[in-house]
Amino acid sequence: MAEVKLFGNWGSPFSGRIEFALKLKGVEYEFIDEDIYNYKSPLLLKYNPVHKKIPVLVHNGKPICESLVILEYIDETWEKGPSLLPKDPYERALVRFWTKFLDEKCVPTLWKTCWSIGEEQEKAKEESTELLKILEGTLSDKKFFGGDSIGMVDIVANFISYWFIILQELAGLQVLTKEKFPKLGAWIDDYLNCNIIKENLPPKDKLTAYFRARFEAAAAAAK
Amino acid sequence: MAEELKLFRTWSSPFALRVIHALKIKGLEYENIFEDLSSKSASLLQYNPVNKKVPVLVHNGKPICESLVILEYIDETWKQCPLLPRDPYEKAEARFWAKFGDEKLLSLIWNVLITQGKQLEEATAEAVQNLKLIEEQLKDKKFFGGETIGYLDIAFGWTVNLISILEEIIDQKLVDEEKLPLLSAWMQNFSDDPVIKDCWPPRDKMITKYQAMREPYLKKVVSQ
Repeated sequence: MAEVKLFGNWGSPFSGRIEFALKLKGVEYEFIDEDIYNYKSPLLLKYNPVHKKIPVLVHNGKPICESLVILEYIDETWEKGPSLLPKDPYERALVRFWTKFLDEKCVPTLWKTCWSIGEEQEKAKEESTELLKILEGTLSDKKFFGGDSIGMVDIVANFISYWFIILQELAGLQVLTKEKFPKLGAWIDDYLNCNIIKENLPPKDKLTAYFRARFEAAAAAAK
Repeated sequence: MAEELKLFRTWSSPFALRVIHALKIKGLEYENIFEDLSSKSASLLQYNPVNKKVPVLVHNGKPICESLVILEYIDETWKQCPLLPRDPYEKAEARFWAKFGDEKLLSLIWNVLITQGKQLEEATAEAVQNLKLIEEQLKDKKFFGGETIGYLDIAFGWTVNLISILEEIIDQKLVDEEKLPLLSAWMQNFSDDPVIKDCWPPRDKMITKYQAMREPYLKKVVSQ
């Protein structure tokens, strides 16, 4: 019988992606909440000795690491249910391009924008705005990045829809607003309205409190 | 309908080599379009407006960017000589290690190129440590792909040429037969493959190029 375990963290957008994908496919799994900032469990270190990070999906005892790799594995292993990637090779190449763009450029830059100060923050803000413009253009007249229904790009962009919105408010920023980015704004509403997504997001007050505490700790350390 | 394949590249681009290797293994004809990255063509900017980089593969007018994405596209479009394993778990492993290679190898090799003395020793040790992790994936196979060259061999393939160039420039072995026996053998097997060996960029030009990249860093140390 199939055994699926997911090593993640309640507040992580990266393990969040995997949870969305598993739920979308109707796959039962056991979630193992790792307190990654304070402690890495022996099991996590055994399953991901190279990077020592979450998420790690363990399927019948075999570990798969790196969220984009895990998402493709899920799509190929559980073929029933909605597809995360399209069938056409060119469309698949576009999905892979955009998920890489999100992971390597967007998420780190948006994250940095919230946590940096002064000139570094100004520069990061500008870069973030340029990256968001590119995403706005890619959405064009589609409801989701995946078309009429959510796909892998939408799931990978989850950070932008929820975590970044919370972070930018705590940081006193207005980088992503509906006025500046109407299509992304609409996408966020539609995305967060999907049952699979809204039922599986970390609670907003808990996440806000967690990030607020981290902001305060960072401010105190800077003094 | 005739397939039209164009590859935007530079003469030395390591990541373009991946695409070339894949196209040759699949037996596909393509046109090389050489770019001067200091003065990028309008076509390149049109086909890769986001990253503005090479390689870009254009298939019947449609561009695909990012070399690992291109590899998967080639494998999914032309079914002969499959590059990726069929099994989802083995595929996931291959993708994981290709990503690891991309994140680690380029900067490790760069650090070896631009250092000397004690720093070079440290850079070499770090490179060897990470290359060992990659070597472990070979297990007892001739290639990462098994009996024949596959996706992961191609993902790492550019290092085979570049490491040998580097070793000549710094006059030191990076992939030692004693410390990395399996990887050493793999590099030889990969280089000797009839499809691969005709694809390397001109060696003397590569030596000149990388020596020139190393010079400013050596001068910095001397002037201190």
